[in-house]
Amino acid sequence: MAQFSLPQNSKIEVGNYFKDKTNSKNLRKINVYRWDPSTGKNPRVDTFEVDMDNCGPKVLDILFKIKNEIDPSLTFRRSCAHGVCGSCAMNIDGVNGLACIKSHSDISGDLNIYPLPHLKVVKDLIGDLTTLYKQYESIQPWLKVDQTGQEKTELKQSQKDREKLDGYYECILCACCSTSCPSYWWNGDKYLGPAVLLQAYRWINDSRDGDKKERLKKVADELKLYRCHTIMNCTNSCPKGLNPAKAIGSIKKMLATS
Amino acid sequence: MQNNNPLSPHLQIYKWHISSLLSITHRVVGVINFFALMAICFWAISLFFGENFYRSFEIVLNTFYGKFLIISLCWTFSFQILNEIRHLVWDAGFGFDLKAAKISGIFTLIGSLILTILFYLAGRNFI
Repeated sequence: MAQFSLPQNSKIEVGNYFKDKTNSKNLRKINVYRWDPSTGKNPRVDTFEVDMDNCGPKVLDILFKIKNEIDPSLTFRRSCAHGVCGSCAMNIDGVNGLACIKSHSDISGDLNIYPLPHLKVVKDLIGDLTTLYKQYESIQPWLKVDQTGQEKTELKQSQKDREKLDGYYECILCACCSTSCPSYWWNGDKYLGPAVLLQAYRWINDSRDGDKKERLKKVADELKLYRCHTIMNCTNSCPKGLNPAKAIGSIKKMLATS
Repeated sequence: MQNNNPLSPHLQIYKWHISSLLSITHRVVGVINFFALMAICFWAISLFFGENFYRSFEIVLNTFYGKFLIISLCWTFSFQILNEIRHLVWDAGFGFDLKAAKISGIFTLIGSLILTILFYLAGRNFI
């Protein structure tokens, strides 16, 4: 049975208030989820007053500004800052997304920033994605062919077959979709989740792959696949504009018609 | 990973979309309809125990709360039928685009209310 409320050690407490010291006229309140493993205390939400006149346009710019100028202990993942690596995935204003490509001007009122939902928190905005990576490994995300490796010709793919991968190969595995899915929250240990199922579909759909039947058989499971109830939080949250719900629907359809 | 690390908030902070809202409504309405169907079966069975038994059901259903219950059930059944059709279309591989899913969701919601009114009018012999 799913547990809808947070466990005792995860209940969020009121945190510190960092008052503005720049005397700026254009202030914005930023509420950030904090948890420090060394203190042994419950997580808290800190509020920062940030001078928006001297801040970049994206949510990640705000986080950097806080880290550089207000509280250097703020911890978050980031790498490319261009929406390609997927490191800075977090829950911004109630919806998962990438902090580096989300404009803060799109959001009105105070800005709430939390880690990706329903994950074990490592520190502050960093969630533990070990389970997701293990599930990703379980679908064997590599090309499987009957070739021996001695062949002198390359595996050819027609333009039409290549087009079938559009909308699926672009996935950067940021985990925004999987951690937005209530089904994945309640059954994350067994249900594969939208991100991994979209990847599974990407390999099932690859004309060069020789293991389509096995792949389909492997994923056809009451818990692994059919926990998807088309809630569509995944598609609503994907920062790359992909459609995991459609990918899962396509796998279901393939299984029903094969 | 240590097990005493906290769990990040989920339901508490996640924003509702129309698709997720309709999905949970569908689940709740499904459970309600399950019990409603059982109650209707009991009502039918009560015929075997004679007119008085059957009539006692009628008296309960003719009270204000009884009428409210019946009209509510008209809506739950309408909603579930329409949303099942929506799911059927999804299973056939259509309507996964965000816009299409949103429009079909709104359509389901408005449609279920219209169906409820039609049920009511048909039940009262207005149409």
